[in-house]
Amino acid sequence: MTYVKPSFRHPKLPVNKIGFARREYEGAISTLCAGCGHDSISGAIVQACFEMAIEPHRLAKLSGIGCSSKTPTYFLGNSHGFNSVHGRMPSVATGAILANKDLIYLGVSGDGDSASIGMGQFVHAIRRNLNMLYIVMNNGCYGLTKGQDSATADEGSINKSGAENMFQGIDLVSLSIELGATFAARSFSGDKHQLIPLIKAGLSHPGFAFIDVISPCVTFNNNVGSTKSYDYTREHMEATSAIDLVPVKTEITNSQEEGTTQQIQLHDESYIQIHKLASNWDPTDKLSTITKIFEAKSRGEIPTGLMYFNTESKDLHTVLNTTDTPLNLLQKEVLCPGNAKLSGINASFR
Amino acid sequence: MSNEILINDLVVRFANVNGTGSASANNMFAKSVFRMGIPVSPKNIFPSNIQGLPTWYEVRVSEKGYLGRREGVDIMVAINAQSMAKDVQEVKSGGYLIYDSTKLLAEELFREDIHYIGIPMIQLCMDHYPESSQHMLLKNVIYVGALAALVNIEVEILEQLIKEQFKKKEKLIPGNIQALHLGIKYASEHFVCPLPLHLEKRDLVGDRILVEGNNACGLGALFAGATVGSWYPITPSTSVMNAFEKWCNKYRVDPDTGKKNFAIVQAEDELAAIGMVLGATWNGARAFTATSGPGVSLMSEFLGLSYFAEIPAVLIDVQRSGPSTGMPTRTQQSDVLAAAFASHGDTKHILLFPANPTECFDFTVIAFDLAERFQTAVIMLTDLDLGMNDHLCKPFAWDEEKKYDRGKVLSAKDLDEMSFGRYLDVDGDGIPYRTIPGTHPTKGSFFTRGSSRDEYAKYTEDGDVYAKNMDRLVKKWNTAKTQVPAPEITIHNPNAKIGIIYFGTSSYAAQETVDLLKEKNILVNEMRMLSFPFSNEVKQFIDQHEQIFVIEQNRDAQFRSLLMIELDINPNKLLKVLQYNGMPITAAFIYQSMMSQIK
Ligand SMILES: Cc1ncc(C[n+]2csc(CCOP(=O)(O)OP(=O)(O)O)c2C)c(N)n1
Ligand code: SF4
Repeated sequence: MTYVKPSFRHPKLPVNKIGFARREYEGAISTLCAGCGHDSISGAIVQACFEMAIEPHRLAKLSGIGCSSKTPTYFLGNSHGFNSVHGRMPSVATGAILANKDLIYLGVSGDGDSASIGMGQFVHAIRRNLNMLYIVMNNGCYGLTKGQDSATADEGSINKSGAENMFQGIDLVSLSIELGATFAARSFSGDKHQLIPLIKAGLSHPGFAFIDVISPCVTFNNNVGSTKSYDYTREHMEATSAIDLVPVKTEITNSQEEGTTQQIQLHDESYIQIHKLASNWDPTDKLSTITKIFEAKSRGEIPTGLMYFNTESKDLHTVLNTTDTPLNLLQKEVLCPGNAKLSGINASFR
Repeated sequence: MSNEILINDLVVRFANVNGTGSASANNMFAKSVFRMGIPVSPKNIFPSNIQGLPTWYEVRVSEKGYLGRREGVDIMVAINAQSMAKDVQEVKSGGYLIYDSTKLLAEELFREDIHYIGIPMIQLCMDHYPESSQHMLLKNVIYVGALAALVNIEVEILEQLIKEQFKKKEKLIPGNIQALHLGIKYASEHFVCPLPLHLEKRDLVGDRILVEGNNACGLGALFAGATVGSWYPITPSTSVMNAFEKWCNKYRVDPDTGKKNFAIVQAEDELAAIGMVLGATWNGARAFTATSGPGVSLMSEFLGLSYFAEIPAVLIDVQRSGPSTGMPTRTQQSDVLAAAFASHGDTKHILLFPANPTECFDFTVIAFDLAERFQTAVIMLTDLDLGMNDHLCKPFAWDEEKKYDRGKVLSAKDLDEMSFGRYLDVDGDGIPYRTIPGTHPTKGSFFTRGSSRDEYAKYTEDGDVYAKNMDRLVKKWNTAKTQVPAPEITIHNPNAKIGIIYFGTSSYAAQETVDLLKEKNILVNEMRMLSFPFSNEVKQFIDQHEQIFVIEQNRDAQFRSLLMIELDINPNKLLKVLQYNGMPITAAFIYQSMMSQIK
């Protein structure tokens, strides 16, 4: 079966400030199961990139292996994509970012991909503060290999075959904060009002931006007893915040509810505007965030929103002190010391 | 014991304790021989340990210019009590044992057939230096001094070497020079110097240099324009990336801004190291990694991706003794098959086999060109012997006219003028065109993946499309045969019935063996392999001879297998010469092995 999208485009479709319609941010038609949470996330990515007027060719999308990792085919069809090997997208992203600091990098992964086989690479991507947005489409199970429990499945959660998960689930958000992620968020694939602004903010963040998105697997993990099903997530989700990204040069509107809105300036002078819902929770304070996450967990709640944010993010290139020109553009004249230097080098070995 | 005088032909072995600072003293000895214009070949024989265990440094001096290892020790500098009994036994009959006579040598260590030269090294230190912390280091300089007198090394050369060594710690120079003279004086006063076995100044070295292979690889990567290096520490490859970093810090830092025109990342493991390489090359930078056998095992999955998704990668594999952890500080050529076919599925990789540091430099540059030209992984196989020992070799040369071959990469302008299919065989050579992310606003983007896809990079499970693609990869492989470095063939006699095939560091000993055979009137022709895939000359050479000896340093005759697999050669024709004890192969070993098999 082949999927072909009609190429007809209505001339009056709304376009963004670089003249692209939303359709130009779409990809091939999805081959995921109908209703899969991952497709909603793809939709949110399309919308966010459209609204941000990202030039598709300036964004590189990378993934590992899994249903979730297939999604880059289904969004941003005009962007370069890289489907790497299972769990090893972070290292490929690291290399790509080293080679060209000027593109926008979007990494997509699954909970199996990132929390099991790729855990090592995931934590080191955070540690190196790669300038990228890293989305885990978290369904608590392995979709592509037909429903085995993943490492993020909660203890006691019931899988489709009725078996209870005996092991503790890994909480990727608190882990990422612990490891020094400078932007950590959680959302739900079914809540695009929350997810789209988070994606926009993550893409604007000058460092590692992590979003864990609960994304139910309708085929293998949407049953009663699953803690990553649509119903369970809707019932237990507690939004700690809603955010907006206020782009550069747009006037910053005053919040009507004084005291519940916080504005954080990004390096490009845009702002993240956080509307706080949970009390006593400060997204710029690690300890406060971690405490809130654990408290919510003990109440059986899933806190969502921008959980933690650090304005003093120094990305890998800043740490390595690399030149401003992307390394992949440097020419022989700069790179090769030439013959005169080589004869001196030879002399030093005599 | 003969009283024959032997000039410039000896093996000196130093038996030390790891971590006692003997390395620089031993190195000074080798370098002084080199500066006297005499061919020299030093080898580190060290344990997988940081401190305390026995370590040896062996120096072969050869008037004839042989640079392979030679068995039999003429002079043993035995400084390690732990290995003394064994060291005494290693000395050739008629040879010499230099030892610290501060303490009496145990009776069982005496042999009738060798000479004992006792130098009271520690005693001399105690008499002349108040600080005991210095004794251990200066003791090393004292034995170099004694050796200088015994084998006739020019004192000025040694003094100069000391000055160079302590250029940044000038305070230490006088003390070291004094120690040198203490050794010289004691030896000259107590023994007949020089020994019958000694050195004479020559001009046999010419403009050659003395350098380690790993250092040369790092330098090659600098000249080749590599901007991204990622690696995970492993003996014996670690110094490749250390060298690259050292050279980059010297030549790639913008003097005005202090910013770096390179990025080096110590990865969390080899999986990540090669992943970073692929990410960087996919994005248009020249990137490489260096590792050894265990790392190659871990990198295999990504190497398969490199092959199938057609992404350039350069990997320098400094081989050590396997399998598993094996003997991590001993040399071998046993990753040949693992590298050639790394990863599952029908996969094969371009291999390069440098034999000396000059080639490490040249081949590293070639590796980057080949990787980008063929959009695939290129694995350079060196070994511990080449990587971590100084080798006498031709000076590095660079052609200022040389352009980096970036392969078939389309620019924005190209894309405006043509239609693009990522895996289309436009030129009939099996090599498709690629684009670098960010090149063009609307054209040329595609999806890179390790799963099957059509010529336009669209995912497909159509078996015919898959097979067609696999066949194109073979076509590309056949194109590569004509562009990789051709073997070096030496025909000594067109009628010779015997041919020998060798590669990498086996070359030194193999070439020496040809001379040994000549003395017995056995003529053989030689083929030194520089690369895989094999060009047509390889098959021709094999066809021209009745018996082919394949010389290699592993148990299972891996290179021979590669020849059989790739060229469909009758196994009976390919005879094995295999050394796999972790020590560099010797001419005597090859000679004996061949003599027992020649029909
Ligand atoms: C080295 C390796 N081991 C195993 C697999 C098989 N495999 C493919 S996808 C997958 C799990 C995917 O789970 P997840 O990352 O959670 O993604 P999802 O499909 O649930 O979106 C596994 C185990 C593989 N492709 N490669
Ligand atoms: S198996 Fe699950 S994760 Fe995979 S596509 Fe279907 S619903 Fe989505």
